[in-house]
Amino acid sequence: MTEHHEPTSFAFDAESNAAIEQIVARYPAGKQASAVIPLLYIVQKQMKRMTDSGWVPRVGMDAVAARLGMAPIRVYEVATFYFMFNTKPIGRFHLQVCGTTPCWLRGSDAVLKACKDAGGLKGYGDTSADGNFTLSEVECLGGCVNAPILAVDDDYYEDLDYDSTVKLIEALKRGERPAPGSVIGRQTSAPVGGPTTLLDVAGE
Amino acid sequence: MAKVTIDGIEVEVPNGASVLQACEAAGVEIPRFCYHERLSVAGNCRMCLVEVEKAPKPVASCAFPVADGMKVFTDTEMVRRARRGVMEFLLINHPLDCPICDQGGECDLQDQAMAYGGDASRYKEEKRVVKDKYMGPLVKTIMTRCIQCTRCIRFATEVAGTAELGATSRGEHMEVGTYVEKALTSELSGNLIDICPVGALTSRPYAFVSRPWELQKADGIDVLDATGTNIRIDTRGGEVLRILPRINEDVNEEWLADRGRFSFDGLKRKRLDRPWVRQGGKLVPATWQQAFEAIAAAFTAPGAKLGALAGDLADVESTLALKELMASLGSNNLDCRTDGAAIDTSRRDFYSFNTSIAGIEEADALLIIGSNPRTEAPVLNARIRKRVVAGGFPVGVVGPQGMDLTYGHDWLGEGGATLRALASGAHRFCEVLRTAKKPMLILGRNALARADGATLLAVAWQIAAFNGMLKPDWHGFNLLHRFGGQHGALDLGFVSGLPMAKMLTGGVDALWVLGADGQDLSAVPASTFVVVQGHHGDAAAARADVILPGAAYTEKDAAWVNTEGRVQLGFQAVHPPGEAREDWKVLRAASAVLGKPLPYDTLEALRARLVSAYPVFAQGDALPRFACTDTTGPAGDISGLRDDALALPAGNYWQQDPISRASETMAECARTYAAPAALAAE
Repeated sequence: MTEHHEPTSFAFDAESNAAIEQIVARYPAGKQASAVIPLLYIVQKQMKRMTDSGWVPRVGMDAVAARLGMAPIRVYEVATFYFMFNTKPIGRFHLQVCGTTPCWLRGSDAVLKACKDAGGLKGYGDTSADGNFTLSEVECLGGCVNAPILAVDDDYYEDLDYDSTVKLIEALKRGERPAPGSVIGRQTSAPVGGPTTLLDVAGE
Repeated sequence: MAKVTIDGIEVEVPNGASVLQACEAAGVEIPRFCYHERLSVAGNCRMCLVEVEKAPKPVASCAFPVADGMKVFTDTEMVRRARRGVMEFLLINHPLDCPICDQGGECDLQDQAMAYGGDASRYKEEKRVVKDKYMGPLVKTIMTRCIQCTRCIRFATEVAGTAELGATSRGEHMEVGTYVEKALTSELSGNLIDICPVGALTSRPYAFVSRPWELQKADGIDVLDATGTNIRIDTRGGEVLRILPRINEDVNEEWLADRGRFSFDGLKRKRLDRPWVRQGGKLVPATWQQAFEAIAAAFTAPGAKLGALAGDLADVESTLALKELMASLGSNNLDCRTDGAAIDTSRRDFYSFNTSIAGIEEADALLIIGSNPRTEAPVLNARIRKRVVAGGFPVGVVGPQGMDLTYGHDWLGEGGATLRALASGAHRFCEVLRTAKKPMLILGRNALARADGATLLAVAWQIAAFNGMLKPDWHGFNLLHRFGGQHGALDLGFVSGLPMAKMLTGGVDALWVLGADGQDLSAVPASTFVVVQGHHGDAAAARADVILPGAAYTEKDAAWVNTEGRVQLGFQAVHPPGEAREDWKVLRAASAVLGKPLPYDTLEALRARLVSAYPVFAQGDALPRFACTDTTGPAGDISGLRDDALALPAGNYWQQDPISRASETMAECARTYAAPAALAAE
């Protein structure tokens, strides 16, 4: 694990504060601690806005603890438990390769290889030298029908293979953001080539 | 009540009890790691599996409630196999370093692996390794040994009230620690060592010192605060190696404060181990006989005015012996309030913790005046916290603002004006107290050590009387003392004649100072002959004309009275160093040379005399509770109360008495906690 620089302070900005108000109000008085996960997301998003790297620094966890009246350690426990929270700085794009069985059977190994080759990454947990990409292995993303899947930050790219993954990463490098979804033009999760059932409406 | 059958033994347990509790009621042992009767149930170690009739699989007995007619089996093939399996998993990542582990010999994992585990390991893969955590100068960590029972996390959060420990990351990578490197800030951190079932958290000062089977054990009483914690003193070869708490539900449950646990290394340093006599302005070593003769010359001089002080760490027997010696010499100038607290000894409930420590759990409102119980009596504070956590227990504080008591409180004010309002009903908090059924107040002894201390005491009593704390079935007035010798000396009426201030400024020609090693005697004029009898070469010894080396609390059979007025016996664990002797024996020997021999030659005879003269000592450690039929308070005029802020004891928690001041461990704590910035820079 490489050392990283922890910021010395963190304060919610106006956008975050507005979101926090809304979220905390969902919980009854005295149960504000329930909002810890959404607030950690807010910290991560604010860090993305501020530094182009979406992660949760320790001072950010402290800010959440102070805002919700929790002991800081309780926030540390949550933030380190869920892999969705990055406790170290990451690259501009977070490449999350699903390696669970359906994706793996449908060729996630090729997606992984494409990420390494095109992104300049050595393996899971690595951040590319240009600061563009961080590679993570994630568990099932819930999109098995369109496997294999690569999640870039919050966007899903589906039905990938080696070439399409390389193309996607090259586009990201150029600063483009291809439309998320199936890269082979599949309609949502319908069969490739279009729907095959319920084409005839009874009585017509 | 539910009727449950455990291995054919029928027991009745309350509804809602767990199967594990039912098994204990039936006298059946259930192995466990995460379950602890004073903590919440976690149910994560799975060691307590039992078979329940009609249940398809083994159940974790600690987290499974009983039902009427339930049949439980704890020794079937299914249970044995289940426990063997659990143990195998626990041992997968546990290192085989028992030979170098300080927990060896008193390790739950070791014992239970012997009793319930398999005979060999089948695990050939790599074991996981966890980096050790820094938790301060008292608790040493070897985190690879951790089996993640989370007892320490629950203790820190629930009992100590300092939520600093947690389990970070998950699964294979889960680690118990503080996440941010820091020293634990609890005064009860030593209990983590007791509560850890394996060798993950061990005592740093005791590291690699001894094995449990090499130790001699003696029951003692902790006197370094006034809680009267029951302790076990472990010794080897005449040296105290560690101090552990004993269970006493009425006093300390099973906790011990850090000062009482770790400051014993101060018993080996700066000790007075032989008599000294001042000759030509310098203290020179002397024999006992020479010392006694020098004393006799001063104390039996015609017309000499005599006085005596008994300090914070003086035991009951020697205080009585000193009192009777002074009486036989014709003096009644006695004072045991060496901190200058204006305590009224005319009635016992004026200076006692009348609610009793266990009684805190019955109270339903609390007012703290001029005290920080967290640092003055951490174990007692844990009891208050326990009551706060149970709910419906408002706490008001008059004293410094912003104290961290480990529980929320309502800060009312810092001094006299607030107290006057509370005594007259003008304060908003009176409403809280008066609507409570069993309100109580805790008055810090240190608050009385000011010029208008007597008035303050009277005001505090009036607050109690006015707000319904004094009833025939409830006594809510409590004085919180600070050391183990303070209450006992008051019980002996060691307050008469000239007050201490007069005795220290030339009011007497000869002064006997017992067990007040930390007393500053520099103001005593040269014309006063000072005998210092004690165990540490602290402030008092510097001004002594004769030093008589006495025994510390681990070195004598003695009675101690805690802040509740509970009389408890401590037993000798080691011999005093060098020529030092038990204090009552020193006084008995001195009395012979002074020509007024005390009428007892054995401790039994002295105790018989104690009980006959002061019946309160006959009750043993039983405590009559809750009665205030006479609400007349101590003398004092409310209007005379000054508005000054109430002061807390000076100095840090770790160094409050001659023993802890001599302790290296406590000095390191003081360095660590007094300068957290310096630590962070390291």
